[in-house]
Amino acid sequence: MASITGSVEIRVRKPRRTVIAGVLVVGWVAAWFVLRGIDTLAIGGQETTALHRWLTAHRDFLGNGNAFFDAIRIAVEHLVILLQNVLSQPAYGRPVPVVGWLGVVAIAAYLAWAFGNWKVALLAAAGLTFVGLQGLWQESMDTLSLTIAAVALSLLVGIPLGIWAGLSNRAFKVATLILDLMQTLPTFVYLAPLTLFFAIGPAAATIATLIYAAPPVVRLTAHAIRSVPAESVEAARSLGSTGGQTLFKVLLPMSRSTVVVGINQTIMAALSMVTVAALIDAPGLGQTVLKALQTLDVGVAFNAGLAIVVIAIVLDRVTTAAGDRPWRTASVRRRVLLGVGGVAVLVAVWFSRTYLWAAEFPTDVGVGSRIAVTASDVTTWVQDVFGGFTYGVRDAVTEGLLNPLEGLLTESPWWLVTVVIVALAAVLGSWRGAVPAAVCLGLLVATGVWHDSMVTLASTLLATVVVVAVGIVLGVWTGRNQRADSWLRPVLDAGQTMPPFVYLVPFLALFGTSRFTAIAAAVVFAVPVTTKIVADGIRAVPVATVEAANSVGSSSWQVISKVQLPVARRAITLAVNQGLIYVLSMVVVGGLVGAGALGYDVAAGFAQSELYGKGLAAGLAIVLLGVMLDRITQAAARRTRKFS
Amino acid sequence: MVTNKLLRSAGVLTAMALALTACGGAKVGDAQQKPAPSGKVCGTVNLTVSPWVGYEANAAVVAYVATKDLGCKVVKKNLKEEIAWQGFSTGEIDVNLENWGHEDLKKKYITDQKVAVEAGPTGNKGVIGWYLPPWLAAAHPELTDWKTLNKNAAMFKTSESGGKGQLLDGDPSFVTNDEALVKNLKLDYKVVYAGSETALIQAFRDAEKNKKPVIGYFYEPQWFFNELKLVKVNLPPYKAGCDAVPEKVACDYPAYALDKIVSKKFADSGSPAYDLVKNFSWTNDDQNQVAKYIAEDKLSPDAAAQKWVEANRSKVDAWLGK
Repeated sequence: MASITGSVEIRVRKPRRTVIAGVLVVGWVAAWFVLRGIDTLAIGGQETTALHRWLTAHRDFLGNGNAFFDAIRIAVEHLVILLQNVLSQPAYGRPVPVVGWLGVVAIAAYLAWAFGNWKVALLAAAGLTFVGLQGLWQESMDTLSLTIAAVALSLLVGIPLGIWAGLSNRAFKVATLILDLMQTLPTFVYLAPLTLFFAIGPAAATIATLIYAAPPVVRLTAHAIRSVPAESVEAARSLGSTGGQTLFKVLLPMSRSTVVVGINQTIMAALSMVTVAALIDAPGLGQTVLKALQTLDVGVAFNAGLAIVVIAIVLDRVTTAAGDRPWRTASVRRRVLLGVGGVAVLVAVWFSRTYLWAAEFPTDVGVGSRIAVTASDVTTWVQDVFGGFTYGVRDAVTEGLLNPLEGLLTESPWWLVTVVIVALAAVLGSWRGAVPAAVCLGLLVATGVWHDSMVTLASTLLATVVVVAVGIVLGVWTGRNQRADSWLRPVLDAGQTMPPFVYLVPFLALFGTSRFTAIAAAVVFAVPVTTKIVADGIRAVPVATVEAANSVGSSSWQVISKVQLPVARRAITLAVNQGLIYVLSMVVVGGLVGAGALGYDVAAGFAQSELYGKGLAAGLAIVLLGVMLDRITQAAARRTRKFS
Repeated sequence: MVTNKLLRSAGVLTAMALALTACGGAKVGDAQQKPAPSGKVCGTVNLTVSPWVGYEANAAVVAYVATKDLGCKVVKKNLKEEIAWQGFSTGEIDVNLENWGHEDLKKKYITDQKVAVEAGPTGNKGVIGWYLPPWLAAAHPELTDWKTLNKNAAMFKTSESGGKGQLLDGDPSFVTNDEALVKNLKLDYKVVYAGSETALIQAFRDAEKNKKPVIGYFYEPQWFFNELKLVKVNLPPYKAGCDAVPEKVACDYPAYALDKIVSKKFADSGSPAYDLVKNFSWTNDDQNQVAKYIAEDKLSPDAAAQKWVEANRSKVDAWLGK
C-alpha cells in the first residue's frame, strides 16, 4: 500500500515542480521586458565602492612579524629547501644536487615497484627520463620538490580532517563550507597577502598550493567513510569492536580506493597550481611557462606543460597502483628481490654522486626543442584550418544562448533576480535551497560587484551544464569499459594538469578574446574531474547488482539508466559539485582571455594596488556564487531522491 | 609472467652495462669554477624581474654588468610589480629597474613607510594609448583621428560588444581611463576587457594576418613592435591636469618617464651596484634591441646582455664611472 501511494505522489509532484519553475521563468522574462535596465547595479572597470576602498586600506593589517606565521614559514621553507637540495639545486658545497638524475630515476622506479608493481616502475623511470630528455630536468625537480612538500602537508592535514568529517555530521557541514571557500576563492586573491605572511619564495608558494590542493582529499575521504554501508559498521559493532577498531579495521580499509582517488586529485590540483605559484617566484616549470608566454611562444610553453603532465601521470599511476596493491606480507622471494633492488639503487645513487654524466642530465639531446617546434607548427596549422569555422561556432553559441541568458540576469533589477532565484531554489530544493540562496544573493549585493557577478553567473551556468553532460557520458563510458578508461585517462590527466596558460594562446587564436573562449577553457579543465568521479561511482556499483539486471535481459541503456546511474547517485552529486567548483576556479583564467567580469576584477586587483579591495570583493563574490549553486543543487538532489 | 621475468633480466643487464661503461666518466667536482674576480666588495643584490620582456632586457644587462664587472651576486626574483614593492618593506627586494608611474605605491613605500627611494629615470619613455594594426591604418588612414571613430563603429562590432564598436582593453596591470574616455568623448563603443597582454597581442596578430579591424589599448616600449608596428590613434592631446578627475578624463594618456626604485637599505649600503643602478640609463631603441634578442632570437637573457654589452662598451663604461 505504501509503495503505491509513493508512486502516485511522484506522478503528481514531479510535473507540478517543473510547471512552477517554468511559470517562474516565463514571468521573469515578461518582467524583464518591462523593467529592463533599472537597478542593475553596474559599475565601471576602474570604479570602486566604499567597501572596496576600505578593504584596500586594510590589506596589510594582518601580516607583519607574527611569530606563529614565522614558525610555519620556517618549517615549510626548510622542508622545501631540503627537498631541493636533494633533488634539484647545487647543495652542500657541491656543484650538483645530493642525488643526480640517475639516482632519482632509480629511487623513483624502486619505490614505484616496491609499493606498486613493475609496470608503474617502468613508467616512472621512462617518465622521468623523458622529462630529462626534454631538457627540463632541473626545472622538473624543482617542481617535484615543491609538489612533494605541498602534497605531503596536504595529506598530513587532510586525511585526519576527512576522517573527522566522515564520522561527524556537524564537522561535515562546517568542512564542506570551508572547502568550498578554499577551492573557489581565486588564488590571485590570497597570493599577494600570502607573501606578506610567509615572505616571497618557496614557503608562500607551497602554502598557496596547499590551500588549493588539500580540499579534494578531505572531501573524498569524508565521502568514502560516509559511503561505507551501515550494515558493515553495525556488524563490526555487534562483534564488540571499539570505535578505533571500527575505524581502522572496517571504515578505512573499505574506503581505501576512494581515498586514493582523493590523493590523486590532490596531486593533480597541486600540479595545476605550478604556474600560478610561479607568479610569486616559485621555482620550476611554471617559470618556464610564464617566461615563454611573455613572448607568446606556444611551443616552449607546451614543452614545459608537457613535463608537468608527465610528472602528473607518473605520480597518479604510482599512487593508484599503490592503492590497488593488496596488503599482505611479502614472500621470501620478493624480500630478496627487494633487497637486491635496494642495493642496485644505492649503486645508482653512488654513481650519480660521483660521475658527472650521472649527476647532470646530458643537455645535448634536443628533444625539447623538437617538441616545441612541432607544437608551434601544429598550433599554427589548427588555427589556419579551423579559424573561420570556430568563430562561427562561437558567434552562434554566444548569440543563441549566452547573450539571452546574460541579458536576463544582468539587465533585470537586482531585486527581481533575487526574488526569482530564491523562488526557484524553494521550488527545486525547499527551504534548504531557498535560505542559502537568499543569504548568498544578499551578500552578493553587498560586495558591490553584483553586475559582474551576474555576467560570470551566466557563463558559469552554461559551462557547468556542458561539463556535467560531457562528464557523465565519459564517466559512464570509462566506468563500464576498462580499455576506454586506460585510453582516456592520460587525456583527462593532461586536461587537468596542463597549465591553462599553455592552451590559452591557441584558444585565443581560435575563438578570439571572448566569453566563449573562457567557457571552453573551463570545460577543458573541469571535465576530467567530473568524469573521474562518475567513473569511480559507476565502478563501485556492486557487480552482483549489474549481473542481476543483465540476467533479466536488460539492455545496456536500461542497465545504465535504471541501475548504475541511480546507484551511483551520491558520486554523481559529488561530480556535479566538483565540476561546478572547478569551473568557478577557472573564472580568473577566463578573465585573462576576455570573459571580463569577476575574473578580470580579481586579476586587476592582484596587479593594481588601488583595486585590491575590489579584487577581494570579486573573489568573495565567486565564492558566494559557488556556495549558492552548490546548496541549490544539493537541496534539489536531496528532494528528487526523497520522491523517487 | 614470462614478460615479467624477461623485463627484469633486461633491467639487470642494462644496469650492469651502465656500470661497466660508466667507470671512465668525468667526476663531479673535477672542474670547479673559480669565483669571479672582485674589486670592491659588492655582496648580494636582490633584483625583481617584472613579467614583461622590456623589463627583462633591463634586468639582463644590469645583472650581467654587475656580475662581470663588479663581482656581485645577483639574485633575480620573478615577481608581479605590486609584490615586488611589498618586498621593499620585507627586505627581500633591493632593486626595481623599470617602474611605470604607480604614484600610490610611491606614496605608500617611499613617503609613508620610507623603505624605498627613487634612483632616477631609466631613459625609457613609456607611451600608452589606442592602437590599430598596420594594415587597417594603411587602408583607412582617417581612423588615426579619434573623431572618425564613431562613423566607423560598426566595423569594430564583435560578439562581445553588444551592438556597439569594440574597444579592446585591459592588461590588468595597467591603469585605464578608457571607460571614462568613451563616455566623455561620446563614442559609440563598448570597452571589452581582453584581460591579459597575451590576449591583446594575439588579437592584434590575428587582425593583421586575417585583415580584421580591431582597435585596442596598448603601450610602448614593447617587444611586439619589432614584429608589428602598431599605429597610435590620436586622442585629444594630454595637458597637465586633464586627467585629475578620473571620471572626467577626455584626453590622451600622459607620457611616462620610466624610473628605477631601490630599497632604502640598499641605497645606504654603499655597494658599487647601487651606483651602477643609479647611473643605468639607455634609450627605447637599446631596450628594444635586447628585448628582440630575448623574444625573437631566443637568446638567454645572459647571452642577450653579453651581445649588447660587447657592442656598446662605452655606454656601459659611463654607468660604471670609468
